[in-house]
Amino acid sequence: MSQSSQAPHKPPFWTMTRRDAAAGYVFIAPQLVGIITFVLVPLGLVFWYSLHEWNVLASSFNFVGAANYQMLLNDPNLPAVLLASAIFSAGLVVFNMALALLLAVLLDQKLKGMVVFRTLFFSPVVVSLVAWTIVWSFLLQANGGINGLLSIIGIEGPNWLRTPTTAMISVVVVQVFKNVGLNMVLFLAALQGVPKELYEAARVDGAGRFKQFRRITLPMISPTILLTSIITIVGSLQVFAQIAVLTQGGPGMTTTVLVYYLYQQAFQFHFFGYGSTLSILLFLIVAALTFAQWQLRKRIVFYEN
Amino acid sequence: MKTDLSPRMKVALYGLMCVLLIPFVFPTWWMITSSVKPISDIFAFPPDLWPRRFDFTTYAQVFELQPFARQYWNSAYIAAIVTVGTMIISSMAGYAFARIKFPFSNAIFMVVLLGLLIPSEVTIVPLFQIFLSWGMINTHWPLILVPIFGAPSVFATFVMRQFFISLPAELEEAARVDGLGRFKIFWTIALPLAKPALGAVAIFTFLHSWNLYLEPIVFLSSTQMFTLPQALTQFTDAYGGAMWNIQLAAATMTAIPVLLVFIVAQKQFVEGLAHTGLKG
Repeated sequence: MSQSSQAPHKPPFWTMTRRDAAAGYVFIAPQLVGIITFVLVPLGLVFWYSLHEWNVLASSFNFVGAANYQMLLNDPNLPAVLLASAIFSAGLVVFNMALALLLAVLLDQKLKGMVVFRTLFFSPVVVSLVAWTIVWSFLLQANGGINGLLSIIGIEGPNWLRTPTTAMISVVVVQVFKNVGLNMVLFLAALQGVPKELYEAARVDGAGRFKQFRRITLPMISPTILLTSIITIVGSLQVFAQIAVLTQGGPGMTTTVLVYYLYQQAFQFHFFGYGSTLSILLFLIVAALTFAQWQLRKRIVFYEN
Repeated sequence: MKTDLSPRMKVALYGLMCVLLIPFVFPTWWMITSSVKPISDIFAFPPDLWPRRFDFTTYAQVFELQPFARQYWNSAYIAAIVTVGTMIISSMAGYAFARIKFPFSNAIFMVVLLGLLIPSEVTIVPLFQIFLSWGMINTHWPLILVPIFGAPSVFATFVMRQFFISLPAELEEAARVDGLGRFKIFWTIALPLAKPALGAVAIFTFLHSWNLYLEPIVFLSSTQMFTLPQALTQFTDAYGGAMWNIQLAAATMTAIPVLLVFIVAQKQFVEGLAHTGLKG
């Protein structure tokens, strides 16, 4: 390890700094090798594949340049797919944020038994995603539990998963109830971080509950709202299991979101080249949103501890 | 907002919360009760909130129709390995990025963070090709290797780094003066302090692995190898119609163990995830 023999005044090779550097590289090596192997190389490959006409069944693999991107722009399904993704993401983020905020405000009240309510509202987060989705699929059948309950009060419910508008609403609602607990506890933590003196001062000035909420609470927790909404949007772009179990993208293409379309093209129709082109599109959308998130974080960082 | 509430207000709030609870609690209740109803009763009208008749043979049928015990084991052992593996890899990397000065550490950290920009859905086609060339299709390797080393672990590394950054430097100084090596310091001083962060990493990593659906259906093809989410969707009759009560029995068995752990440790779950979510 050391080169001590030659000159006694010469410092040993393994100084603290060098030992630290070596330890640092050893510590990060597994993660770095993993990221290169399972993220960066595949990202390069997916771009390379996207320049090829590649049908796995026909075992064709021909360089076609930008032809897949041309095809993407002319894909008659693409507007419907992007529309479904946009409706799903927008519906999810709006409903999710509103419900999470409502639940957090309710749980923030001085009442007994709030831990029980918090636990129950949070519980779907830990229920297996596919199990949760299957139960809802069962409930949303034409003769299922929801229409059963509705008919008790004299309403004839639609065939939720087979009607275009209600299918999309169903997929959004199932996903919101599954994961709204996460945003709820984030909002709850933010609400509890608002300094109490602000409310006292507002009360002295005669501001009512609603005014306090609008003028103090909302501005103080706005960074959390902003960040969670972007995280929720990015997460919503990855939705797959819910679509596969509930609607298989139907009826028609009304619930075929981008990831589901990608899966169909690549693994059901075996168009790996075009599937890769769709992957690049997904990557660009996710990257743009994540980049926006980082920029926003930088600007509002003074609100965070 | 935190003034004392009038009794009427309290009743109104409790009432509102109970109504809001319905879509969160009713599905789980319906799943469990329907799983023990005979098939003729599960679409009964009006719906039975408590089964009229019990039929526990659904649970036996789950195991007859599919190698469900094997599939359960697949999901459990994969999730366990992924959880432990991610805790090791991400705590080491997070510690190094936070506490050790070495050349290019910031640049390398940026490269690792790219994993957050690239969800595994984007790279699913090349990952399929890579594992095909390694002869690992229809094995569990893709479901183990990618989460531990690939994009899903980056968030865990980020969480661990944020935690280690917050530790005061003095904690390590004394040990450094005593000539303790980096690994010793990491293992005996830093890691024991990181239990809350590690707990949060363990929880979300386990849930992520337990819920994986796209990856198993892409990589696995034989029922012996299936994981639970995949297996749950396979309980169909010859015409592709769902065998609801059997499917719900399987779903119940998938959901209940994790729910029980959650109820026991709900504080750690909620606060751990809230904490990491805020920082992430």
